[in-house]
Amino acid sequence: MANELILLDTWVSPFGMRVRIALREKGIKFEYKEEDLTNKSDLLLKMNPIHKKIPVLIHNGKPVRESGIIVQYVDEVWHDKAPLLPSEPYPRAQARFWADFVDKKIYDTGRKIWTTKGDEQKSATEEFIGYLKTLEAELGAKPYFGGEKLGYVDVTMIPFYSWFHAYEVSGNFSIESNCPKLMAWAKRCMQHESVSKTLPDPKKVYEFILQLKKRLGIE
Amino acid sequence: MYEVDATCRYLQHIDYFKRESSPQSRCRYNYKLCEVTPNSVYHTLHRLNRATRNKPSPKEGAPQQRASMAEEVILLDTWVSPFGMRARIALAEKGIKHEHREEDLGNKSDTLLKMNPIHKTIPVLIHNGKPVCESNNIVQYLDEVWHDKSPLLPSDPYLKAQARFWADFVDRKVFDAGRKVWVTKGEEQKSLMEEFIGHLKTLEAELGDEPYFGGEKMGYVDVTMVPIYSWFHAYEVSGNFSFESHCPKLVAWAERCMQHHSVSKALPDPEKVYQYVLQLRKRLGIE
Repeated sequence: MANELILLDTWVSPFGMRVRIALREKGIKFEYKEEDLTNKSDLLLKMNPIHKKIPVLIHNGKPVRESGIIVQYVDEVWHDKAPLLPSEPYPRAQARFWADFVDKKIYDTGRKIWTTKGDEQKSATEEFIGYLKTLEAELGAKPYFGGEKLGYVDVTMIPFYSWFHAYEVSGNFSIESNCPKLMAWAKRCMQHESVSKTLPDPKKVYEFILQLKKRLGIE
Repeated sequence: MYEVDATCRYLQHIDYFKRESSPQSRCRYNYKLCEVTPNSVYHTLHRLNRATRNKPSPKEGAPQQRASMAEEVILLDTWVSPFGMRARIALAEKGIKHEHREEDLGNKSDTLLKMNPIHKTIPVLIHNGKPVCESNNIVQYLDEVWHDKSPLLPSDPYLKAQARFWADFVDRKVFDAGRKVWVTKGEEQKSLMEEFIGHLKTLEAELGDEPYFGGEKMGYVDVTMVPIYSWFHAYEVSGNFSFESHCPKLVAWAERCMQHHSVSKALPDPEKVYQYVLQLRKRLGIE
């Protein structure tokens, strides 16, 4: 079946990275379109009129939106290649729970680290480390959250590894010394081409944040 | 490369057979690869599949068999929670016997703290001793385990993705704006109410002329959204307006859902919800 896949995305978005990793893990060819979020394309506004956000996966002209939903969709359509979600309902529900935890906690708290200062920043940093430690405990002795292989939770969380350097410099702390197991997990994921090819240079992410702060008028 | 009947449900064996070409090879389901020529493999696999079609392998039980075994289902919940109502509706729609336990969120039970140590929130579904947390996650889990009874999510991946998108919209936009209304006042509250109504109008547009978001029957998005209907009276009295005048189609949809026993039984008396909200605002020092 002729499959036309277009991904509307931005290089620095951890949400977009999830989709890219999933597509690459499954060896699915797709066309990548870099969006300028200060000047959104007609295609993006047409394909995601509700939220006007990336990523959007356009499959044979039909849009799928929201990164977690896109990854699940890709996993269901191309279910025979590198499955990301378990086939049993209970482990699937656990995977969804932890992906939801990452969604609710990591991005927003991480954002506070580079947009605030002083006590507010310190508090956000402590909260952030707390969440990483919770994830570490969930990982336990497994190589990946998905068990022996990369799974849905790994794909959901690993993009933030490219933002760790930016968080550390902004908040003046070390993730390695607080959560060594999680860093080991991240480096293990980076051995996968689907991940190393997708995640940007952490220094470039940090530069991006500095420019974004200027634009938003944050010191 | 081997050709295998595309309708064969053991399609996943292809990769194994492609890697191994020895006649003694066995796949993880213990089917023996008898011959290596393409046609013979096709016939052998197909013959094996037909012979074993009625015998599920030991590691995999058919979901229907699992669901009919003695099931212990407990729901930790509170009467007024729209999130808990979602789980209640799904359980009732599928006719799943369960024990409902009312939690006092000012004094959480040991069971709740043990079953949801991360968030410590309700609802929590405990199925044969194992917890499932987060309301939409619970509804999807129930739909997967009891998939043969009143399916809520479409089977087509694209339609499923659309249903998940709108359920996510209900969570992040509708419920979030609706919740903030109760912890604010004055101009801020007025602005949030307008935002809330805006989101309801977006949902109305998505519903269109269908009787339900799920089409001809109630589906995942209906179950996710309808609980907020029990809070409409509280919004209307507090904000001194009528939803009927802003979103008549959505109100009609809600009343259609209320014709279902699963919904009318799960949603509390709107007047009781209003009294609850008044007390909540007093406790928070807002009123």
